[in-house]
Amino acid sequence: MRCDFADSLLQGYFDGELSSRRAAEFERHLRHCDHCATELVDLDLLRDRLQLAHIYESATASLRRKISATLYATAPATAASRPLLWHWLATVAALLFVALLLGKVGPRVDSDDYQAELAGEIVDAHVRSLQPGHMNGIASDDARIVQGWLDEKATFAVPVRDFAKGGFNLKGGRVDVIEGHVVAVLVYERNGHPINVFIWPTRERDSPTRIGSRQSFQWLDWRKDQMEFCAVSDADRVDLEQLHQLIDSFA
Amino acid sequence: MSGLELEDRTRFEQLVLPHVDAAFNLARWLLRRRTDAEDVAQEALLRACRFFRGFHGGDARAWLLQIVRNTCYSWLEKNRPLELSTEFDEELHLQTRATPETLAIAGDDHKRLTLALETLSPRLREIVVLRELEGCSYKEIAAIMSIPIGTVMSSLSRARRQLYSALTNSSQGVCP
Repeated sequence: MRCDFADSLLQGYFDGELSSRRAAEFERHLRHCDHCATELVDLDLLRDRLQLAHIYESATASLRRKISATLYATAPATAASRPLLWHWLATVAALLFVALLLGKVGPRVDSDDYQAELAGEIVDAHVRSLQPGHMNGIASDDARIVQGWLDEKATFAVPVRDFAKGGFNLKGGRVDVIEGHVVAVLVYERNGHPINVFIWPTRERDSPTRIGSRQSFQWLDWRKDQMEFCAVSDADRVDLEQLHQLIDSFA
Repeated sequence: MSGLELEDRTRFEQLVLPHVDAAFNLARWLLRRRTDAEDVAQEALLRACRFFRGFHGGDARAWLLQIVRNTCYSWLEKNRPLELSTEFDEELHLQTRATPETLAIAGDDHKRLTLALETLSPRLREIVVLRELEGCSYKEIAAIMSIPIGTVMSSLSRARRQLYSALTNSSQGVCP
């Protein structure tokens, strides 16, 4: 069986990218996980091979000359082209600003932004799941089958229920990785709109729902009994709220 | 230089031109052909020069590489759309290009690694190049590829696993 840690914490540890707290947590895990220890050795071997084989390809002298020639072949800025150029750059700057606001560019460290970043990852995962050919899960409307599959893949218990009577048809389940943690995903359908419900264990206290939208998708997040839920969809926000009530009444 | 004032021109030479190697290396691995990579790297540098007034300091290499990758993907979309559309089916990708046989007869490790890396989908190949060849941090990779840091980690995991298995499959066919 593959180790959940191996999926991405291991990468962060190997690359020296984990916080000291996460690194210590991983080292404790490493003491009794042969799988991760072996993976680390393999990663090391792979890096050595890549370094020793010298596959980095530098620009040739002729390319450098061509670049210089292109750059210095000055197109004189005429009175007419300048305002146009400025107009264009202003548009680019405005777009960049919007991208920054949407959280697509640049690092964020504030804890206030944490939720936005998390929601961003979850919406990205939702978008990935809509792409053709994306299937690393189980497609079934039988809650018991989905439950059985998730019990094998996830390290925590996931409450699986079909809410067809309430208008939310269970379509299946899968696992995904958010922020380096394995999360379970339940897929529902509401009037033709797919809804992904991301579920993972948390140590935080219960919280009321938080809602937001990103890239035209709505997300709704809540915590209950040390589990965090985040539902994402292009369905109506009222629908997500309703699904939340249904899940809460059974979880 | 394409409308840049002398002061900007000096800044461009100091900040951006030292990363021409990085620009070419990324283009070479994304496009897999040196001649195409030369054309696209040249085009990307020209774009960088045009955009330069919008660059207000920070990591010039990451800024340039972001332009390089965008130029590469636009080029691929226009010239080799199939490479991008088959990307979701990575398993298929792996089977149809380098087989263990072609890898095994590739001889030295330079060739073997090159072939193995080229079996990866463009996005997975790109992340290996940025991390292992260019030595970028996760934060830089996230900025260059416009993806969250968590996705950097999970993609690196997938990319390394695929690369490792492409290499181990190939070594079964050759004498040590």
